Amino acid sequence: MKVKLTVNGKDITADVEDRMLLVHFLRDVADLTATNVGCDTTSCGACTVLLDGESVKSCTVLAAQASGYEITTLEGLARDGTMHPVQRAFHEQHGLQCGFCTPGMVMAIVSLLRENPHPTEEQVRTGLEGNLCRCTGYHNIVRAALAAAGGLGGSSPQAGTAEVPGEVPA
Amino acid sequence: MIPSSFTYQRAGSAEEACDLAAEYGEEAKYLAGGHSLLPLMKLRLAAPEVLIDLGGLRDLCYLTDRGSHVAIGALTRHHDVEHSDLLAREIPLLAHAAGQVGDPQIRHRGTIGGSIAHADPASDLPAVLLALDATLVARGCDGSREIGIGEFFQGLFETVLEPGELLTEIRVPKPAAAGWSFQKFNQRAIDWAIVGVAVQGGHVALVNMGSTALRATAVEAALAGGASPAEAAAYAAADTSAPSDIRASREYREHLVRVLVSRALTEASSRS
Repeated sequence: MKVKLTVNGKDITADVEDRMLLVHFLRDVADLTATNVGCDTTSCGACTVLLDGESVKSCTVLAAQASGYEITTLEGLARDGTMHPVQRAFHEQHGLQCGFCTPGMVMAIVSLLRENPHPTEEQVRTGLEGNLCRCTGYHNIVRAALAAAGGLGGSSPQAGTAEVPGEVPA
Repeated sequence: MIPSSFTYQRAGSAEEACDLAAEYGEEAKYLAGGHSLLPLMKLRLAAPEVLIDLGGLRDLCYLTDRGSHVAIGALTRHHDVEHSDLLAREIPLLAHAAGQVGDPQIRHRGTIGGSIAHADPASDLPAVLLALDATLVARGCDGSREIGIGEFFQGLFETVLEPGELLTEIRVPKPAAAGWSFQKFNQRAIDWAIVGVAVQGGHVALVNMGSTALRATAVEAALAGGASPAEAAAYAAADTSAPSDIRASREYREHLVRVLVSRALTEASSRS
């Protein structure tokens, strides 16, 4: 069937199998491989992307269901070569070990901060319930989310700027 | 994992969905948020030949105050139920429980109607809506009918819905008795409850203690007779048929349900 998705601001039209999963569309049709297939059972969150700005697990959405909607992947966050505040916070807080869960973690946090720009640590931990890090590097991931939200005091990455960490570039 | 082949159809209206279902008969399944059905299809435990996607039916996404009850469109997502100010004020049990379903990503896709129509006894909302004594509205080719939630669940993944009949609305009465609680025991957020308990006033309903969500009638009778939460909770496993599976044995669940019912009744009485 013919589907048309807007991925990171760009329209992509393709003829795909009705049963194609969104994550395979992103990786194999759109050639965007930041989105990882982890558990493939709606558990780990490695395949998290934004659908109309909200986090979803792309292993559990059909490309056909996403036709006509806007998808944002990790590749769509940086603007003009400048990292998104959540990406920068992961860099500065060393919010990763092996890196496999990182794209999904970043997208889940962008969605979380869009809904709740100033979460408490507990709200960050609850908000990341759908994302697993098998290196168990959760402390720095949570620190990165709080830093992106300006919740770590003076060294907040976006202090003094107008950037909104939950904002998705158009 | 990739589902076996099927034909995807997107319905533009409830009427069109019913027409498509009539056209394809028992080969077709409705697809709402897909967070119960698609995982089953990927495991090849379900293999419908046609999926009728209801995702575009925005007119079935609503939460409306109708005086004595709140009407909820069947395609309303868990996320929207969780964050509804109307429900937080009038039926906090439902808003709270919707916020305990899965994880944020799942709540962005999963719908209240999909969860009920799927009829998984391990899902949270069937038991919650049993405790709240909800009424369901289903639409078929010949018009709509109302179904009391107590008659809706027939067995594991089985409901009284006829083939092609579409769940369109959930009507939840505003509770007369204020005390409520929702207790859920699981190992990870994304797991189903090993056991769950929903309490609203004198109504007690159980998650994952049989082939359907069920009311703990022996507990309710004890409460009506003046028993304390601890005394009533002793009856929590009566007339249940809890499964034994990889997460817990039947005996473990029977113990756990008594513990959770006691906690739920205590919390509910602190809120009444």
